[in-house]
Amino acid sequence: MAEASATDAAAVERVFTAEYGRAVAVLVRLCGDIDLAQEAVQDAFIAALERWPATGVPPAPAGWIITTARHKLIDRLRRESSREARHEEAEWLRLAAAADAGDADAGAAAWPDDRLRLIFTCCHPALALNVRVALTLRLLGGLSTAAIARAFLVPEATLAQRLARAKRKVRDARIPYRVPEDRDLPARLAAVEAVLYLVFNEGYAAAAGERFGRDDLCVEAIRLARLLQSLVPRDPEVRGLLALMLLIESRRSARVTADGDLVLLADQDRARWDPALIAEGQALVRQCLADNQPGPYQIQAAINAVHSAAATSAHTDWRQIVQLYDHLLRLTPTPIVALNRAVAVAEVDGAAAGLTLVEPLPLAGFHLFHAVRADLLRRLGRRDDAALAYEAAIAVTANDAERTFLRKRRQARD
Amino acid sequence: MTKYLLSIYQPDGPPPATVNLERIMRDVGALTEEMQAAGAWVFAGGLHDAGSATVLRPGADDVLVTDGPFVEGKEHLGGFTVVTAPDLDAALEWGRKLARATTLPIEVRPFRH
Repeated sequence: MAEASATDAAAVERVFTAEYGRAVAVLVRLCGDIDLAQEAVQDAFIAALERWPATGVPPAPAGWIITTARHKLIDRLRRESSREARHEEAEWLRLAAAADAGDADAGAAAWPDDRLRLIFTCCHPALALNVRVALTLRLLGGLSTAAIARAFLVPEATLAQRLARAKRKVRDARIPYRVPEDRDLPARLAAVEAVLYLVFNEGYAAAAGERFGRDDLCVEAIRLARLLQSLVPRDPEVRGLLALMLLIESRRSARVTADGDLVLLADQDRARWDPALIAEGQALVRQCLADNQPGPYQIQAAINAVHSAAATSAHTDWRQIVQLYDHLLRLTPTPIVALNRAVAVAEVDGAAAGLTLVEPLPLAGFHLFHAVRADLLRRLGRRDDAALAYEAAIAVTANDAERTFLRKRRQARD
Repeated sequence: MTKYLLSIYQPDGPPPATVNLERIMRDVGALTEEMQAAGAWVFAGGLHDAGSATVLRPGADDVLVTDGPFVEGKEHLGGFTVVTAPDLDAALEWGRKLARATTLPIEVRPFRH
């Protein structure tokens, strides 16, 4: 019996992870209020925890959750309207009628997918970037406020306040709940992609393990990117973004040692790369190439696909990588892209050619600039200059694992 | 429909010689007509410079009068337009056009009532 209820709790949790965002999105459309929607969906999951042990998991759990949440919403509005406000009464009557009319079809398939609208609300450019990230993880990912606060190293009360303020702004300023018109869509999709990529990068940067729980952000970012890709399947940059994340994620277990130390791409044990993620990422990159509408995420994915295709580091097709960076630099002419390109150029034309490109870059505050310089100087036999560059890199990095890694590189430079 | 205040923020002092005031007046005039034709325009006004402002502060017995403006700074509210719009995206679209016409930053803020 205890075993059965543990199974049911796990089933509720699975449904929660998979369907929380969809349920909230549907309820926001029905009631036009994010807080009410969240409360109703919360009530529905509590009801599932109570009932599913006795009744078993229903055949269409997502539909069950959404229908139950709708009834919970009506109950809430009815309770509140019996105390006051007549217009709220009118509102729940309208909702009740809508709910009764829709009761016959409890399957999730019967519900239009509202998550895309919710994504555009959460990632609206009128909200601050850190708020967009938090709202997206909270409403679409179903992550708890505590989990998001832990991941972004802010006190839970601060994050809760930030979320409450954001939801108030959505309501008061009337940030719309809809998919933008075609002419606005590319710019607005780019804002959504930026949020998902930021979530992924937060997880990636922390994957060295000094901050517990943060690498879950990579998993969550990939889940949301998959969702976005399923909702706008023809957008090449969304596909490129998903491919980029999958290919980087495929190296997760190889890029950190058991002690939490970073391992350079060239030194990684390629047998530990995840072949399923690589295959999926490479298939997406091939689709991007076939579509031939290149963009920054697609090109970065293609660069990662070239790395993934090399059986050993020595087999890497650096010429192709340089060409891809040339293209990327034309689309996004930033010093960071120029730095990465210089690394690839050094593999093709030698360390001196790479160093010539690196030296003038305005990146003195960025640890990788110094780390790349140090490595190129070491390869050119300029030991003292290399040592100074490692010192500079260690001085500006904020991440413990990076610092340990750089110290080891500095010691090993001879 | 919600009303939104589009505030125009202007640097203090006379405009630099590079600013083509004639063209700005023409563009703002055209935008006002566009807003009116769309039924979005509610009210608009341009203000004298911030040095003309006077501030009143309620005290225990009396209201204190001082030379303004209320907030010291290098930029002040120079004018505003009130529009009515179905949602923030529509209001931001008017704000975007106003920023282009005035060549100045615009703050968009919803009315509570």
